[in-house]
Amino acid sequence: MQKKTAYSFPDEILEHVFSFIQSGKDRNAASVVCKSWYEIERWCRRKIFVGNCYAVSPTMVIRRFPDIRSIELKGKPHFADFNLVPDGWGGYVLPWISEMAGAYPWLEEIRLKRMVVTDESLELVAKSFTNLQVLVLFSCEGFSTDGLAAIAASCKNLRELDLRDSEVDDLSGHWLNHFPDTYTSLVSLNISCLGSDDVSFSALERLVGRCPNLRRLLLNREVPLDKIANLLSRAPQLIEFGTGTYAAELRSDVYSNLAEAFCNCKELKCLSGFWDAVPAYLPVIYSVCSRLTSLNLSYAPIQNPDLTKLVSQCPSLQRMLVLDYIEDSGLEVLASSCKDLQELRVFPSDPFGEEPNVSLTEKGLVAVSSGCPKLQSVLYFCRQMSNAALVTIAQNCPNFTRFRLCLLDPKIADYRTLQPLDVGFGAIVEHCKDLRRLSLSGLLTDRVFEYIGMHAKKLEMLSVAFAGESDLALHHVLSGCESLRKLEIMNCPFGDKALLANAAKLETMRSLWMSSCSVSLGACKMLGQKMPRLNIEVMDEKGPPDSRAESDPVDKLYIYRSVAGPRFDMPPFVWTMDEDFASELS
Amino acid sequence: MERRVNYENDLNLMATEPRSGLPGCGDDEPQRKTNPSIRNNKRTVPEISEVSSSESNSSITMSGSDDQDSPPPAKEQVVGWPPIRSNRKNCLQSSKRNEVEGMGMYVKVSVDGAPYLRKIDLKVYGGYPQLLKALENMFKLTIGAYSKREGYNGSDNAPTYEDKDGDWMLVGDVPWE
Repeated sequence: MQKKTAYSFPDEILEHVFSFIQSGKDRNAASVVCKSWYEIERWCRRKIFVGNCYAVSPTMVIRRFPDIRSIELKGKPHFADFNLVPDGWGGYVLPWISEMAGAYPWLEEIRLKRMVVTDESLELVAKSFTNLQVLVLFSCEGFSTDGLAAIAASCKNLRELDLRDSEVDDLSGHWLNHFPDTYTSLVSLNISCLGSDDVSFSALERLVGRCPNLRRLLLNREVPLDKIANLLSRAPQLIEFGTGTYAAELRSDVYSNLAEAFCNCKELKCLSGFWDAVPAYLPVIYSVCSRLTSLNLSYAPIQNPDLTKLVSQCPSLQRMLVLDYIEDSGLEVLASSCKDLQELRVFPSDPFGEEPNVSLTEKGLVAVSSGCPKLQSVLYFCRQMSNAALVTIAQNCPNFTRFRLCLLDPKIADYRTLQPLDVGFGAIVEHCKDLRRLSLSGLLTDRVFEYIGMHAKKLEMLSVAFAGESDLALHHVLSGCESLRKLEIMNCPFGDKALLANAAKLETMRSLWMSSCSVSLGACKMLGQKMPRLNIEVMDEKGPPDSRAESDPVDKLYIYRSVAGPRFDMPPFVWTMDEDFASELS
Repeated sequence: MERRVNYENDLNLMATEPRSGLPGCGDDEPQRKTNPSIRNNKRTVPEISEVSSSESNSSITMSGSDDQDSPPPAKEQVVGWPPIRSNRKNCLQSSKRNEVEGMGMYVKVSVDGAPYLRKIDLKVYGGYPQLLKALENMFKLTIGAYSKREGYNGSDNAPTYEDKDGDWMLVGDVPWE
């Protein structure tokens, strides 16, 4: 009798089974079961996510995965969003595009985050990937409307073009004209980041008018309010819409046209934009409010009572982004009206002002935590906090997956007891067992890190600023947080000992960022020698590290695991501490 | 007798004016700070540099000419804190500018012998000639032309203002900005 083993399964069956496995993590797990699974899996993988574009080279990716249709790449470290990474640091997409142009002619989706994308890259994309359907440039920079024109002209199958938060050089609004008249496949367009010269409105109108499948349209600030009605009437099938500037003199014809246009969008569920919004035009969206699941008013200087009135009409809200004009009172209304709320982000209207300009405190967040049982994700900027409030919030919301608290004064203590906020954040990590992302602020000692190391077992990303007293703090996190992938630290008084003691941990993480901390050059060199599979990059705009003493702290440090070795595109202010560097100078 | 048209360039008066800004925003005005230590490492947005320079100019002029105490030193800004993305920061600054523009800079104007004072918004005028024309219209008097050497010649009326030292100064010597 013939024994049947796993090896006798025909490849086609395994491939079919694998086709049901979509998640990258699961595919990665399947690929290490045995050599034949590795082989089968790599031939049928269609989608790949590269969290750090320097962790692997395009050649390596192409060699392993010969037939990719969808790629997502991330470049600069997260703190680049807050101006901590100087221009020219890196994150260039051109090398990837150049190699994929030959290897993946059937590529359909390109998603990039925090990368430098040039017009040359975009032109190459347009030329090489005729089947491109999705292009997402999230927080990217380095390109102009010329590059966009190339995409518009060539990508006949483009469904989604999303430029969210990117910096685009405005050269001409006529790039939209480059979409041929025969092009009708647009489903999603996000041009909210573009400047005043970047969009020809008439071209936009024509484009919107001829794309019957358009579901998502986010306009840029320069589109005036009186043009919205016309645009909406050409796209009543929209599900998500972002206005341009939402201010104009109150005119009854504009008002009624707008109200009618919104009313006719029966599927509209998400609204954003609202730059410079004036209260007078808010009621035109009332007809949509009851259906809204997502509302982004974080660019709208609307205050109470108009703001609260609007919020109270949106009982289906799941996602709310707003400025702190909403105040505690408005958040209480939110808590009682929006029982489906999952995500709340409250941004500061006057972050650099000395005195509070609004009455937004910890009480608002406590109210929402109490009233909204499905709350999972919070980003909250405010000026005061107490341990008691944090404990209450933690107890109310054990399902938090993301909790980011930003106290405008980063070292402020519990305003009631003048104690550090260790206990409060400790409660968060203890109660919220599924917490994946945490940002700390306020007066914090080593204690909070002890709690984090002890409890935050599912934590993947931790952001720390102005916290802790000694290396114990960092040690607790590195030794305790089993799922940690990204750690970013600024202005904390620790470094060497904890890093060297936990060097191996760093290989299990995607990256570590430390700026204005106490990590010495000597420690960086040691790490570089000890850990060949880590890239230890020291960044200092003042001069080369060898011009200073070994014990001097480095300005910025970025450590990431890589199978591609040190990168070759470093600017003059970045030095890699590999084995060569260390031995050259000793 | 020469009639004097007086100003009281007292910015506290703004507190009495109806405005659409935030509560407490008017108090911030003379103390508006630039943020020198935030290195905007991205390509400079033109809007920001305009705003910064006009803000710093206006705060210099105002602190020079009003009766208030000098504003407290700006709190030192740390790069990267609070963690707000550039595009959001840009947006905040430009809406602040709109607010400031909306608020107006009102000053009291009195004319010797008149039964009550008037208020005008200095921001409405682009320069001294327009201001003087407006005053002439408002009070039905002539002021005449300004000249560096002789002040206002050819009329009985001279516009003056009280500066922070309590001295009566002739309008027109200091640059408009």
